[in-house]
Amino acid sequence: MTFQQTSTARASKSSLFLRSQMRNIAPFATLILLLIFFSIASPSFATIDNASNILTQISVTGIMAVGLTFVILCGEIDLSVASIANATGIVVAYFTLQESYVNIANIPVAGWLAVALALAACTGLGLVNAFGTTVIGIPSFIMTLAMMQIGAGISALLVRGQIAYNVPDIVSTLGASNVGGFPTIALVLLAFLLVGHVTLTYTRFGRYIYMVGGNREAAEYSGVNVKLILGAALVICAVCSGIAGMVGVAHFGSAQQNEFDGYLLDAIAAVVVGGTSLFGGRGGIGNTIVGLCVLGVLNNGLDHIQIDSFLKILIRGLILLAALIVNVYVQNIRSVERAEGA
Amino acid sequence: MTTDPLDPSDTPRLQMQGISKSFGGVAALRDVDFTLRAGEIHGLVGENGAGKSTMMKIIAGVHTDYEGKMLIDGKEVHFRSARDALAAGIGMVHQELSIMPDLTVGENVFLGKQPVTGAGIIDWRSMMSGAHEQLKSLGIDVDPKTRMGDLPIGLQQLIELARVIFSGARIIILDEPTSALSPPEVQLLFDVLKGVRASGRSIVFISHFLDDILSISDTVTVFRNGKLIVTHSVEGIDKGWLIERMIGAGHEDLEESYTGTITLASKPGQPVVLAAEHLGYGRAYTDVTFDVKAGEILGIYGFMGCGQIELARTLFGKIKADTGTLAIDGRKRRLRNTTQARAAGIAFVPENRRSMLFYEQPVYKNVSISILGRISRLWLKPNVERAIASKHVESLSIRPPRAEVALGALSGGNQQKVALAKWLTHRPKVLVLSEPTRGMDVGAKDDVVKIVRALRDEGLAVIVVSAEPETVLSLADRVLVMKKGRIVREFTNETISKDRLLEAA
Repeated sequence: MTFQQTSTARASKSSLFLRSQMRNIAPFATLILLLIFFSIASPSFATIDNASNILTQISVTGIMAVGLTFVILCGEIDLSVASIANATGIVVAYFTLQESYVNIANIPVAGWLAVALALAACTGLGLVNAFGTTVIGIPSFIMTLAMMQIGAGISALLVRGQIAYNVPDIVSTLGASNVGGFPTIALVLLAFLLVGHVTLTYTRFGRYIYMVGGNREAAEYSGVNVKLILGAALVICAVCSGIAGMVGVAHFGSAQQNEFDGYLLDAIAAVVVGGTSLFGGRGGIGNTIVGLCVLGVLNNGLDHIQIDSFLKILIRGLILLAALIVNVYVQNIRSVERAEGA
Repeated sequence: MTTDPLDPSDTPRLQMQGISKSFGGVAALRDVDFTLRAGEIHGLVGENGAGKSTMMKIIAGVHTDYEGKMLIDGKEVHFRSARDALAAGIGMVHQELSIMPDLTVGENVFLGKQPVTGAGIIDWRSMMSGAHEQLKSLGIDVDPKTRMGDLPIGLQQLIELARVIFSGARIIILDEPTSALSPPEVQLLFDVLKGVRASGRSIVFISHFLDDILSISDTVTVFRNGKLIVTHSVEGIDKGWLIERMIGAGHEDLEESYTGTITLASKPGQPVVLAAEHLGYGRAYTDVTFDVKAGEILGIYGFMGCGQIELARTLFGKIKADTGTLAIDGRKRRLRNTTQARAAGIAFVPENRRSMLFYEQPVYKNVSISILGRISRLWLKPNVERAIASKHVESLSIRPPRAEVALGALSGGNQQKVALAKWLTHRPKVLVLSEPTRGMDVGAKDDVVKIVRALRDEGLAVIVVSAEPETVLSLADRVLVMKKGRIVREFTNETISKDRLLEAA
C-alpha cells in the first residue's frame, strides 16, 4: 500500500517534470531530428566545413536574438531589430572613407569615432523605443513597428540608393576575418551569448527581467522599477541589433538599404523556436542557442538537398508555426496546473 | 416596451424550498426556504460568507448543483445554466458592471439583440429611438448616442438595469447597487426601482448599506452562516434590529471569539511615522487625513468600494493622489512609483495574492525579490537568498518547509505568509496590508494575526485595510471607518463591537 502510493507519486512527479521541461525538450528534439534527417539526406551536410558554415550563417541573427531574448523574456516584443541593424551598419559606413566611385555624400572620420557614432545611433534608437513604450505607454508591438520604419528611413536617407563598401578596420576584423581558421564573427556571437547568459542568470538585473516577465504586477508590488527594466531591455536589444548590423555589413562586404530584411523573422523565430515564452518569464539564452541551431540547420540543410527553393520559404513558415503551437501549448499546460494548484 | 402578462393570483413569483448547497464539504446554505412575491422589493442582508450570494447564484443558474426545489410562478424549475435562468426571466446586475464603455448608451441597451433592417444591417435609427423611449419610460433622461464610459457610474448602473429589464426579466437581482453611488444617484436609482416594482416585477436588493435596505425594501431577509434567519416586513424594524440578527445574539455560531467587544488601545507617546493630509483621488476617495504611529496597528474599515483599496495603493505609490500630501517621518514625500515607496520605507501586501507572488518561481525567489538590492549590487547571491528565505520559512512555519519549492505548490495561507515574509528581512517603517486574511481558514488567520502583532510590538507602524469587520477588529489598535470615499468615524481608546463598526459605515 505504502509502496504503491510512493511509486505512483514518483511516476506522476516524473511526468510532471517531463511536462514542465517540455519547453526545453521539444526544440532540442527538433534539432536532433533535423540533424539526423539532413545527415542522411545529403552527404555534404555533416562535415566540419559545413558546421563552420552554419555557425557563420547564424551569427548575425544570433547577436540580434541575444538582445531580443531580453525583450521577449519581459513579455514584450521588438520588431525593429533588423531595421536598427541596417541603420547602424549604414551609419558606420557613412562615417568611413569610401572608394571614389561610391557616390555617397558621407563624412569620413576616424575608425573609432565612426564606431562610437554608430553605437550612439543604435543606443539612441533603443532609447526612443524605451521612452515610447514605458513613459508614453505605447504597446511595444506598435512602438517598435514605427521604429522599424524609422530605421528604414534613416538607412534610405544616408545611402540614397547607393552601396557603401568600407567599414572601419575594427569592424571588418570582427565581422570578416578568421582566427586560426575560425570565423571571428562566430566568436563575436559566442561572446554575446556568453555575456547574455551570465547577465540573465547571475545578475540582479537578469533576475528582475525574469520576475517582470513572470508577473509584472507582482514585480511592481515588490518595489521593482518595472519601467526601468523594460526600458533597459529595449535599449540592450537595440545595441545588440546595432552591433549585429555593423559586423553584418563587414561580413557581407557592403552596406545598403534593405540588407537585413529577412533577419527580423529569423531573430524572433530563433528565440521563440528555442522555447522562450512569448508571454515572458520563462526561457533564456540556452533556449535561444537551440533555436538558432534549429534555424541555422534548417536553412543550411535545405540548401544541401535538392528542393524547390520556393518551397523552402513555406517549410520555414510551417516549422515556425509548429514551434509557436508548442510554445503556447506549453504555456497552457502550466496555467492549468497553476489553476489546479491554487 | 416589453410587458409581461403578470400573474394576478397570489402565487409567489419565486419560491425556494429546502435549498442546501455545500462546497467541498463546507455548507454554504443549509435548508433555506425563501419566497419572493410579485411586485416587491426584497432586501437581502448578511455578512460576507453568510450565503446571500450563493443563494442568488443558484437563482441565476450559476450554481446548478444543489439540494431542494425552486419554483417560478408555482412551476418547478431547475436551471442548467445562466442562459436557462435568463430565458426564464431572471436578470442580475452585478457589482462590477458588465457594460461596454466604448459603445453608445443605445448600443448598450440593445446589446446582443440589436434591431436590424431587412438587409441584415443594424437599424441605428430605431435602436436609438427605441433606447430613448425605453429609458424615458424609466425616468432616465439620457441621449442614447452618448458614449457609455462618459457617463457617471450611477447612470451606467441604471442603464445596465434598464437592459436587464428590457431583456424581459421579471426577477431582477441587484448586487450592492448603491456602493459606488452618490446620494442623489441613489435617490434616482430608488425612483427607478419603485417604477419597476409598480410594473409588477420583483427585485432582490442585496446590500451592506442597511439604511438603503430599510428605505427601499418592502421585505427584508437576513442570512447568517448559511441559514435564513428571518424574513420580515420592513415596517417597524430598524438598523439595530437587523445588525443583531446578522451577527447573532449570543454569537453561538461564530467561530471567531474576537467578534465580540474589544477594547482599542492607542499609543499616544509614540512618534507619528506616516501622516496623510487631505488625500484625494478621482471619485475613489476625498479629503482623507490620518496618521499612524510607530508600534500601532491602524485599521481602516469600510464596505467594498468605499475607496479603501485605492487609498492603500496610493500609500505604496501605485496610484498617484490628485490632491493632498503624504509625509513619512515628518518629511513630505511624493511617491511616483512603487520603487520610491519602498525606498521611503513603505511595504505593501495587496488583497489579491496573485498580484504579489510569482507562482512558478521557488519560494526563496519570491521572498528575496523585494530586498534583492540590499543583498547584491550586481551579482546574485543565491545562497544568501536561500538562507534568508529558510529563516522565514522556519520562523513563520511555512509548509512545506523548503525554500526551493515552487510557490504555486503551497496552500493559500502559506502563500500569504510568503507575501508577508518578503517584507520581514529589512524592516519597513510602515506596512500596509490590504485584506490580509481574506479567504483563509481559521488556523492560517490566527498565524497571520500573530505575525502582524509581533511586527507591531517591534515598533512597526501597520495599516490594515479591510472590508471584513473581523479582520479589523482582530488586529487594530485604532480604527478609522471609511464611507463612500471619506473617513467618517474614528474609534480610539474605547470599547468597540462589530455592531458599532457596522453602524458607523
